[in-house]
Amino acid sequence: MSRTPLDTVEHAAATPDVELPWAELGLKKDEYERIVEILGRRPTGAELAMYSVMWSEHCSYKSSKVHLRQFGEKAPENDVLLVGMGENAGVVDVGQGYAVTFKVESHNHPSYVEPYQGAATGVGGIVRDIIAMGARPVAVVDPLRFGAADHPDTKRVLPGVVAGIGGYGNCLGLPNIGGEVVFDACYQGNPLVNAGCIGVMRHEDIHLAKASGAGNKVILYGARTGGDGIGGASILASETFDAESDSASGTGKPRKRPAVQVGDPFQEKLLIECTLEAFAEKLVVGIQDLGAAGLSCATSELASNGSGGMRVILDDVPLRDSTLSPEEILMSESQERMCAIVEPDKVDRFLEICEKWDVIATVIGEVTDGDRLEIYWHGEKIVDVDPRTVAHEGPVYERPYARPEWQDALQADDAGKLPRPRTSEELREQVLKLVASPNQASKKWITQQYDHFVQGNTVLAMPEDAGMIRIDEETGLGVAIATDGNGRYTKLDPYTGAQLALAEAYRNVAATGAKPLAVSDCLNFGSPEDPAVMWQFAEAVRGLADGCRQLGTPVTGGNVSLYNQTGEVAIHPTPVVAVLGVIDDVSRRTPVAFQEEGQLLYLLGDTREEFGGSAWSQVIHDHLGGLPPKVDLERERLLAEILIAASRDGMIDSAHDLSDGGLIQAVVESALLGGKGARLIVPDGLDAFTFLFSESAGRAIVAVPRSEEVRFTDMCRARDLPATRIGVVDGDAVEVQGEFVLSLEELREAHENTIPSLLA
Amino acid sequence: MTARIGVVTFPGSLDDRDSRRAIRLAGAEPVALWHKDKDLKQVDAVVLPGGFSYGDYLRAGAISRFSPVMETIIEQARAGMPVLGICNGFQILTEAHLLPGAMLGNDHLHFICRDQKLRVENAETAWTGDYTAGQEIHIPLKNMDGRYVADEYTLDMLEAEGRVVFRYLDFNPNGSLRDIAGITNEAGNVVGLMPHPEHAVEPLIGTGRTDGLPFFTSILKKLVTA
Repeated sequence: MSRTPLDTVEHAAATPDVELPWAELGLKKDEYERIVEILGRRPTGAELAMYSVMWSEHCSYKSSKVHLRQFGEKAPENDVLLVGMGENAGVVDVGQGYAVTFKVESHNHPSYVEPYQGAATGVGGIVRDIIAMGARPVAVVDPLRFGAADHPDTKRVLPGVVAGIGGYGNCLGLPNIGGEVVFDACYQGNPLVNAGCIGVMRHEDIHLAKASGAGNKVILYGARTGGDGIGGASILASETFDAESDSASGTGKPRKRPAVQVGDPFQEKLLIECTLEAFAEKLVVGIQDLGAAGLSCATSELASNGSGGMRVILDDVPLRDSTLSPEEILMSESQERMCAIVEPDKVDRFLEICEKWDVIATVIGEVTDGDRLEIYWHGEKIVDVDPRTVAHEGPVYERPYARPEWQDALQADDAGKLPRPRTSEELREQVLKLVASPNQASKKWITQQYDHFVQGNTVLAMPEDAGMIRIDEETGLGVAIATDGNGRYTKLDPYTGAQLALAEAYRNVAATGAKPLAVSDCLNFGSPEDPAVMWQFAEAVRGLADGCRQLGTPVTGGNVSLYNQTGEVAIHPTPVVAVLGVIDDVSRRTPVAFQEEGQLLYLLGDTREEFGGSAWSQVIHDHLGGLPPKVDLERERLLAEILIAASRDGMIDSAHDLSDGGLIQAVVESALLGGKGARLIVPDGLDAFTFLFSESAGRAIVAVPRSEEVRFTDMCRARDLPATRIGVVDGDAVEVQGEFVLSLEELREAHENTIPSLLA
Repeated sequence: MTARIGVVTFPGSLDDRDSRRAIRLAGAEPVALWHKDKDLKQVDAVVLPGGFSYGDYLRAGAISRFSPVMETIIEQARAGMPVLGICNGFQILTEAHLLPGAMLGNDHLHFICRDQKLRVENAETAWTGDYTAGQEIHIPLKNMDGRYVADEYTLDMLEAEGRVVFRYLDFNPNGSLRDIAGITNEAGNVVGLMPHPEHAVEPLIGTGRTDGLPFFTSILKKLVTA
């Protein structure tokens, strides 16, 4: 039996002609040649492993980077950001000495292959990003998108994803306070499982991923390293699913299944507590979590962000499987691991804390004087690279992009020309059909599988417009977060669609009474190798960057997920935008539910005949065409200011933003949540259909106590915000005068039975 | 004078800080206890909080029941010290045989989180004195393994002795036999329940109700007047 000799640096230099499997690892020929050029020799097997994962689309952002730069270039000038893009997560100043870090990431591909573990480890990964900034995680949110609600594969994917999110997040003790659930046939085979997390810390506790100070120790702690998830990010998330082998009926799932990581939330909970205790005792110089690309990523990023080099003894990494090769150890994406840089005299105390929490911790190397990342195995050097070339100097592509030729025809297919209801009876039927449609129906069956209450600080959770968490018990300071995205709007016009997602999340935060501060995003698109997809991406990023500048909300970081397509068919372009807001006193928060009968309902903003991409056009006509609603960000800003002021000064008792489904959807939700009906009057100048179903942006409904009416309408008039009295909270039905009456009982049955009947 | 109430942190405990907050809001002094430490730091009563101790691996509560702190708690509980087990704490109490019966997975096989309506059946335990028998309250519920089961003989005995402390009303969220949400031991000092009173102690937070606060004021009153 022959043994392959260890591929050391020395061996690589001496054997330039050895062929390496760069193509199998996902590298292109020119990328491989670039690595050889950087090193001045062929890479060793271990070096190739590192470059291949770090230069993957998922880790290097090679197709998206040239566009993402706009978020920095167009960043609004303010001092909200304490830490900007490029770190594990951005950090925002929320006042009173508190800093908040938040981020949204995707775990789309693994969640299709293995829904439970894919979704669970998505939660685990984003939570570790937040801890790595020095923060205690305080809440999670989950924007989810699935194929058609009645497709058999949705019944495989959705329950698994939801159970995975719950199984992991509930066990970590993080309240799940928001997110979305959207169904559309375009996500069949490419579900979008995005996961967001918020963390809170004091300003002085911010930690960064950098290894500084020669002699400082590199400590790997958490789970042992195993063979799971090898190539998860590089191979799974950076390639299109092959239509033949990977469709639901094909044979692809088992083939790629070993690339999905397996989560252990209990281990992660211990990791959180032990990391926070180490932070509290100021034992940590730099820290990085191990996510995509595992140890390759953590060591190269820590070393390249710091002042020196790093030496790592790979033999010291605790293994779950002793047969792993050094390449596999470097690429493994085993979950629940972190890497800390600790001064030598603090190592003992650090290890003691880990032992207290029964967390395995091992010194695996140290920071060096030089500028090289050197990794040893069995006493021999197997990696000798400039860490910057691995972590930051990956390939950058200017992918060709072009507006698809079908875009004009799509936009010309005006939804305004679709047949509208002709009688009151038909209008009534369409309202019932809308509120019962899978996208508009209550998601309680899903959200009740998540813990909303743990940590005892949840002020608002879904189905509220935004989730809200108290962060200081004494002062009542709180933060709110909303995530929104609309693939249909974005397909019709990517620039506007991205701005509509931003506008909606911004409005949702303001509707609760919180002031929007900053943005994170998760950009879900098809293959960047398709110029049409790349055009959608470029337009969406441009729209979002312009929008953020105009609203004064900087992008703090985010995530790009490409290759969400099967064969030639891409998903709708789906930028998901998360907006974080702050509220000085959570007792001033405004809920969605109607509170008291007799309160007056006001519609804020302008209603136009806008039905392109609307829920009505989808539910009633299965139609997608025309233009999405117009965006007016100055109006959004004004609306937000009014909502925040009204909330602070006690002028409104409930508020609900208007978005998909239009006014009637919002009224039905507020009525059902509050258990109180409403009588609506169609305002002058509008027909009942447009009044109920239009999706014009920049609008909200509010319930105003009669004693506050004059003060409230005076404020709107003074600020030039249209406020139209449209009815009153009353009774146990939703009535549109002269048109129809729908009892709350009938509405509740329609709204709440859909999801359980499809999925339970 | 006030009372010292200990809250145990097991690895994987989640609601330990929330339980300490509830104790503080009720006016008592919360004391953090550590699972590896047999010393109860002279507390007058103990809360075993909710969570997923040891990840609920093997069986909910099955591993925690053997931790060093439980040795002392089991001994003291048998001698009369008040102990409240919430959710995972209730599971630990049944595993430790301080309370009869066992917990199985919810009959619908999903985690469930909701504002749960309960009826107080016994207002004479160490932890329920501030309620009245028959009172209807709302307490958040959130669990995966909340289906209370016991043999018919045990269930009849619990009913006959008035040891069913809380019952689910309107909706049985997990398939618990006879709608049982919480029970007590013969002496009334040990109480376990699945819903989370520590999450219903402040207006605005959680469900916005404070129906859980009487648990903590009850024990405080009992301890200071004892």
